[in-house]
Amino acid sequence: MTNEAIKRAIIDQILEIAPDIEEGDIIPDKNIQRSLEIDSFDFLKILTALNEVFGVEVPESDYAKVDTLEHMSEYFSERIKI
Amino acid sequence: MSQFVMPSLGADMESAVLMEWRVKEGDRVSKGQVIAEVETSKGVIEIEVFEEGIVDKILVAEETECAVGTPLAIIRTETESSPKDETAQILTTEPQTAESPELANPPIPEASERIKASPAARRKAKEMGLELSALAVSGGEIHLAQLQSPPETAPKPIDGMRQAIARAMSRSNAEIPHYYLSTSINMTPALHWLEEENIKRSIKERLLAAALLIRAVTKALQEIPELNGFWKDDAPQISDAINPGIAIALRKGGLITPALMNTQEMNLDQTMRALDDLITRTRSGKLRNTEMTLQTITITNLGDLGVESVYGVIYPPQVAIVGLGRIMDAPWAEGDSLCIRKVMQVTLAGDHRATDGRTGALFLDTLNRILQNPQELL
Repeated sequence: MTNEAIKRAIIDQILEIAPDIEEGDIIPDKNIQRSLEIDSFDFLKILTALNEVFGVEVPESDYAKVDTLEHMSEYFSERIKI
Repeated sequence: MSQFVMPSLGADMESAVLMEWRVKEGDRVSKGQVIAEVETSKGVIEIEVFEEGIVDKILVAEETECAVGTPLAIIRTETESSPKDETAQILTTEPQTAESPELANPPIPEASERIKASPAARRKAKEMGLELSALAVSGGEIHLAQLQSPPETAPKPIDGMRQAIARAMSRSNAEIPHYYLSTSINMTPALHWLEEENIKRSIKERLLAAALLIRAVTKALQEIPELNGFWKDDAPQISDAINPGIAIALRKGGLITPALMNTQEMNLDQTMRALDDLITRTRSGKLRNTEMTLQTITITNLGDLGVESVYGVIYPPQVAIVGLGRIMDAPWAEGDSLCIRKVMQVTLAGDHRATDGRTGALFLDTLNRILQNPQELL
C-alpha cells in the first residue's frame, strides 16, 4: 500500500466518522483531535475503523505517534504487513 | 382508541415538524417502538409510542409542522375492532417488521428509486428548490451539511437551538438558587487501572475515561440520591432511574444533553457502549423523545477543551449538574511527599431549594472515594 493510499484511507475514515468535517479542513501536520474538534470517542472510532482497513491496532501508549495525519500515515505504513 | 400526539420535547418546545413516519396505517406497534421522526430546534428526534396497538389512522402528512399536543395518529388497542377497516386487521397478522426500535426501518415505498437523504436534508432541499437526485453521490446518503454550502442561502441552522438553550438557561438562572462546590480528585489510580484494563482488550472493547466517570457518578448518585431528580410543584422529587444528561457538543455549534437512560442498570462495558451509541446518534440526529426529556441530572465535561473547572447552570427541572474539568498533571501531596498526579477538578452545582451544600459535599466525597477504587466500577 502506498503512502498516498494510506493517507487517503485515513482521510476517508475521518470524513466517514465526522461527516461535518470537510476534506480541506484536514491539515496534514495539525493535531487531528484539536484542529478538527474530534473528541476521544470519535478518535477511538477512527482508530477502530482503520484497524479494520489496515489490520493494525494502535495501543493507547502509541497515541502520541498518531496525533497528525502525517504521523498517522507514517505509523501505519511502518506496520502494515505487505 | 387513543390519540398519539406531538409530544413536548422540553419545556421550551412549541412545535416541531413531522418529518417521516416509520409506520403505516394497519401496522402493529409495541411499547417503546419508534414510530416517527420529528425535527425540532434540537435536531431530528425519534418519537416512541407508549402503548401497544395498531395504527388505525395517520392524521398528519410528512413534513407538516405541528404544535405540541396536535393529534398525529390514532392507535387502536388490539382488543378493539375496527368497524370500517378490515384490511387493518389482516395486516396485523403479518410478521412484525421491527422487533426492536433500533432495528426499525422506515417504510420505503419506492425502494429502488429512493435517494438516501437525511430527513433534514430532504426538507432543506425542498425549501431550496433542489432535486435530491442532482445532489446524490454514489452510494452515500445526502446530509444537511451538503445543502448548506452556498453561503448566500445558508440560513443559521443553530438559531433554533440557540433560542432553546437561551430560554432554558434564563429560566434556570432566574428561578434556581444555585450553590457551587468543587473538589480536586486524584485520577491517577483510575487512569492507571483503565490503561491496564485496555491493554488486555481489543481496540473494539477499549474503554474511555468518560464512561468510567459516568459510571462513577452513577454509583455516587446511588448513595446520594437527593441530587438525582427534579424540583417540581415546590417539592423535590427523587428519581429511581438515573438518566444523566450528557452534554455533547456539536461540531457545527450548539450543544445537546440527551439522557443516557437507566445507567444504574449498567456495568462499565454497558455504560461505554451506551455512551458510544448515544454520541453517535446525537451527532447524526437520531435521538429518541425519552432521551430528550427524561434527564435526571446533567454531566458536563469541558475537559476536552482544556478548562480546569466547569461551574454549570442547572437545566430545570433537574436539581444538579456535575462539571468535570480537564485531567492534568499537578503537584499532589501524599503523606510527607510531594508528587505529580493526574488531577481533575470536579464541580457540583446544586439547586439550593432541593438540597443543601452538605448533600453536595457528601456526593463529591463519595465520588472521590469511588474513583480511588476503580476496579469496583467494572
